[in-house]
Amino acid sequence: MTSVEEYQIMTGNHAAANACKGARVQVVAAYPITPQSPVVEKISFFIENGELNARMVRVESEQSALTACVAASATGVRVYTATSSHGLLLMYEILCWAAGNRLPIVMNIAMRSVGAPWSVWTDHQDAFTVRDTGWIQMFCEDNQEIYDTNLQAYRIAEDPSVYVPTFVNYDGYILSHTSMLVKLEPQKKIDEFLPPLKHHLNLGDMNIVKGVCPVTTPHIVKREEGTAPGYYEFRYSLQRSIEHSINKVKEVHDLFAEKFGRSYGNGIYKTYRAEDAEMYIFAVGSVASESRLVIDKLREKGIKIGLISLKLFRPFPTKYLRELFKDAKLIVVFDRDIGYGYEGILCYELKSALYQSKNRPFIKGYIVGLGGRDIITSDLIEGVYRAINLGKKNEYSEQTEFIGLKLDELDFLQKEVK
Amino acid sequence: MADKVKLYDIPEEEFLLPGNRMCSGCGLSLIYRTALKALGPNTIITVPASCLTVLHGMQGFTSVDKISVLNTPFATVAASASGIEAALEAMGKDDKVTCVAFAGDGGTTDIGIQGLSGAAERKTNFIYACYDNEAYMNTGVQRSGSTPYGSITTTTPIYGKTEHKKNMPKILEAHDIPYVATSCAAYPLDIYAKFKRAKEIKGTKYIHILSPCPPGWGFSTKDTIKIGKLAVETGFWPLYEIENGKFLLSNPSKRLLDPAKRKPIELYLSVQKRFKRLSNEQIEEYKRYINQSWEYIKSKNITTQFL
Repeated sequence: MTSVEEYQIMTGNHAAANACKGARVQVVAAYPITPQSPVVEKISFFIENGELNARMVRVESEQSALTACVAASATGVRVYTATSSHGLLLMYEILCWAAGNRLPIVMNIAMRSVGAPWSVWTDHQDAFTVRDTGWIQMFCEDNQEIYDTNLQAYRIAEDPSVYVPTFVNYDGYILSHTSMLVKLEPQKKIDEFLPPLKHHLNLGDMNIVKGVCPVTTPHIVKREEGTAPGYYEFRYSLQRSIEHSINKVKEVHDLFAEKFGRSYGNGIYKTYRAEDAEMYIFAVGSVASESRLVIDKLREKGIKIGLISLKLFRPFPTKYLRELFKDAKLIVVFDRDIGYGYEGILCYELKSALYQSKNRPFIKGYIVGLGGRDIITSDLIEGVYRAINLGKKNEYSEQTEFIGLKLDELDFLQKEVK
Repeated sequence: MADKVKLYDIPEEEFLLPGNRMCSGCGLSLIYRTALKALGPNTIITVPASCLTVLHGMQGFTSVDKISVLNTPFATVAASASGIEAALEAMGKDDKVTCVAFAGDGGTTDIGIQGLSGAAERKTNFIYACYDNEAYMNTGVQRSGSTPYGSITTTTPIYGKTEHKKNMPKILEAHDIPYVATSCAAYPLDIYAKFKRAKEIKGTKYIHILSPCPPGWGFSTKDTIKIGKLAVETGFWPLYEIENGKFLLSNPSKRLLDPAKRKPIELYLSVQKRFKRLSNEQIEEYKRYINQSWEYIKSKNITTQFL
């Protein structure tokens, strides 16, 4: 039984900040960017107010923000940062560095479109763009999920079988600036779930001097003193750890559910009215939330459709998805992002995962809502109907389809595009 | 200000062992060996992409002993030090462990200047050491912001650099940090004294050390000390300290306030291949440049005398 008093009304950004406080992070380094800024403002308040005993490094760029996190983490403390869009891309080099150093950093991405042209509104382009940097990546659909996933992320990233940095993503504005009910957990209970960091790197411990991330060679180096791995072995071990981390993600999710009574599907994906489904919508974040309405409407028409909202994007849960879609006839993928020159990123990731399946469902991808364009339920429904028709004819279109474009209201553009 | 140091004050204990990957005659080897003796154990050094990365050696094998090292990408060494320092503070170890960023001139005056300026503005408690070999030596002698006027590099191959070097210590001085010093690889006692002093001060400390580079500058590997001394004795590279705004010329440079005591700049320029195409006008420009920088030093000295 939970009483209403245990809940507070807060934005996604403040839910993230509260998770940070709950996780007792020791160093925070961040740089302001819309729509992430309120996270860091709130954490600054917690620190100056004495509610959180942490050091805040008020850096002069995102590159420095993540570098300070990397260095602080390597020195042996729990760290946190958050960013969006251009800030994330300015961090790109250090994202790779953090993963290569195997540092259990947790970062929130308040997802936002990437310029040019300027847009501060949400889409998932920034988060998907950094998928190959070697981080674990999870998506959220509501503010409670942000809070809960952040707490889980530390436990996952800091597990000795993992030691991989972790992104927790949520939509800019749609979650970052929207207030919802969030249940904050008592500190004691969080401490039981999340013990203090035991780091494999601990530069601050001067009893054992260390050199971290020196130069490697293409080949292993054999000497009398010992054998040193090459770059190849380092990167192999990163890939293995990320692959194996899927078990840890699931395990930590289940432990969390047991302790706090809240779960998110199986920790890897969430389902909605999918039990007897023959066809599915596949999406993440805000698009998945919106798709729940689509499912309801289509179910009213007797269409056996369900939603799969992907929570864990890296490592990509290929095995789980093959099993899940083993009898599926049709999957409609809504991407709030695009792999320019190809198609929606989530769509081609899914296609690739199901290529080796015995059952290969018809997969139709759409681009939706780039740069914060409203995603209209009726547009999505129309998309599903069109996909059903194409599926019947097994007709693949080479051209990427965008839902919700207004070309008809822009004569000149219409001519040019066609 | 730094104490006077005699040779027997320098500890015998070595932190940089023989057999590293530096070129023979490398100024950085001398600088690093001496600096580590002054810093001692309980030091964490963070290093960006640079010759110093090479010195630290390959995965698993290093000639650097008893200190911890964190490598970091090119632009980020000062931010890396900020992170180390924040973590040490969080662990309550900031009084016991010295945090040092050690970077080349490219990593300092060019790609790393933003991070350095930010760290200095935040009064980060660390020592920033820039060893200045006056070009991107590790990548094959390309021009940097710190390359001197007229110098031939692989990206200024015919006419040489058309601008003077960036005065980085002056930029750091403008950040009002408690300690700024210049030094040179040819003066190990000076290097030792300044690192020792910097270690005692809280806040951001900046030490800029000229590091003669035989392959990059074009001189024989046996002449590193000679070239380094000429840089100072001609007045091209003045050695000084600024502690809490107070300016003090270091001993090797003190008497050079008198222009007559400075050796002719031609002695320095003519023994390095990188200056082989300097015209007479360019040498005259060097003389003007040196006089101008000493006028600036004089003005600082006078101010402090009145204070």
